[in-house]
Amino acid sequence: MSQLLNLAAEEAQNPLLPPVPEIVVGLLAFVIVFGFLAKKLLPNINKVLEERREAIEGGIEKAEAAQTEAQSVLEQYKAQLAEARHEAARLRQEAQEQGAALIAEMRAEGQRQREEIIAAGHTQVEADRKAASAALRQDIGRLATDLAGKLVGESLEDHARQSRVIDRFLDELEEKAEAAR
Amino acid sequence: MSADPTRVLAFETDCHIFADCGFPSPGLHSFLFEPLWGDGDSNIYFNKPMLLALLGSIIVVGFFWAAFGRPKVVPGKLQMVAEAGYDFIRRGIVYETMGKREGEKYVPLVVALFFFVWMMNIWSIVPVAQFPVTSIIAYPMVLALIVYVVWVSLTFKRQGFVGAFKNFTGYDKSLGGALPVVMLIEAFSNLLVRPFTHAVRLFANMFAGHILLVLFTIASWYLLNGIGIAYAGVSFIMAIVMTAFELFIQALQAYVFVLLTCTYIQGALSEQH
Repeated sequence: MSQLLNLAAEEAQNPLLPPVPEIVVGLLAFVIVFGFLAKKLLPNINKVLEERREAIEGGIEKAEAAQTEAQSVLEQYKAQLAEARHEAARLRQEAQEQGAALIAEMRAEGQRQREEIIAAGHTQVEADRKAASAALRQDIGRLATDLAGKLVGESLEDHARQSRVIDRFLDELEEKAEAAR
Repeated sequence: MSADPTRVLAFETDCHIFADCGFPSPGLHSFLFEPLWGDGDSNIYFNKPMLLALLGSIIVVGFFWAAFGRPKVVPGKLQMVAEAGYDFIRRGIVYETMGKREGEKYVPLVVALFFFVWMMNIWSIVPVAQFPVTSIIAYPMVLALIVYVVWVSLTFKRQGFVGAFKNFTGYDKSLGGALPVVMLIEAFSNLLVRPFTHAVRLFANMFAGHILLVLFTIASWYLLNGIGIAYAGVSFIMAIVMTAFELFIQALQAYVFVLLTCTYIQGALSEQH
């Protein structure tokens, strides 16, 4: 037993002096681990971690982008709406002005037509009055002479006509009426 | 505990206290293994730590292959666990020391280092294996050497020859007369002592841890005679406690190893003063 231990102690090298084969195997063992991790497995997981980060932060970013877009669309709508309102107001104003002008024009036209009609009426009435007056004068003269003839018992017609008495009488009557008015 | 079939271990014998038998204490021989294949005298052989190292590589790669081989945006359980580990190294160590922009490039190296070292350490308490590969200096040394090459070449690349010289020597005019001495000490410390301590820190921790475990385990068996049985119980409990403690140390040392790696690389990235 102790012999074996002694033997081992003699064989024992300095524990700080490594034999070459162990260095080689140690290097190999580490290179295996490093190679697989650095070339394949860690890039693998980095990609997935990045994807996960994007899935989380990307979701937030997407939501933010959507919000921004919605905001811009809303503003656009608002601007469009304001413009439309403005346009409508302008059109209304214009229509109002046009309407007012139209009404004024119509009114002027109406006025003119009314005056024309009135003037025409006046003329007509005057003409009618004159005709009526003339007719009346004749009729009254005749009626009066007829009446007088009947009263007197003889026809005064021709005489009266000739004498223009009736006309004079009527003129006087007219003048009286004028003065009384 | 070193399950070397050719070595005679305490619990494989009738060697007990009060039985005319000396305590078969663990020592350097606990870290020596007869080749499983090949000849120990030639430099072509294959032994248990090598087997564990390669097996450990396969386990680490296998684990991450299962987790990240076909990763999903909505992770499964295994992927979630692996992601937590990955995120811890990436955010908790690399980004913390180097920053996100500079550090991203070194994430694979640091992640590989951490999980490789951790796995090599964990072998210490895996039944049947029960040997931390990192307690053989060759393995931490290789890793420390890789880190050394990375940060030294990076220093030259980033800062040019003069800048690198200043970086290594801690050049600072305000030191005046002491400057040459300081420069010599700094260069010695940075270029020679640093990689050595980087490797040995890990190696020595795992070495000591393994010795402790072996010691308490052997003692539990050795004391199992007469009045010694009471002490054997204590020793056995200690072996259990130390196993739990080692579990913690294994992760801690892997963490320290990559944290130092990041600090060295960060030093290479930043200007001296």
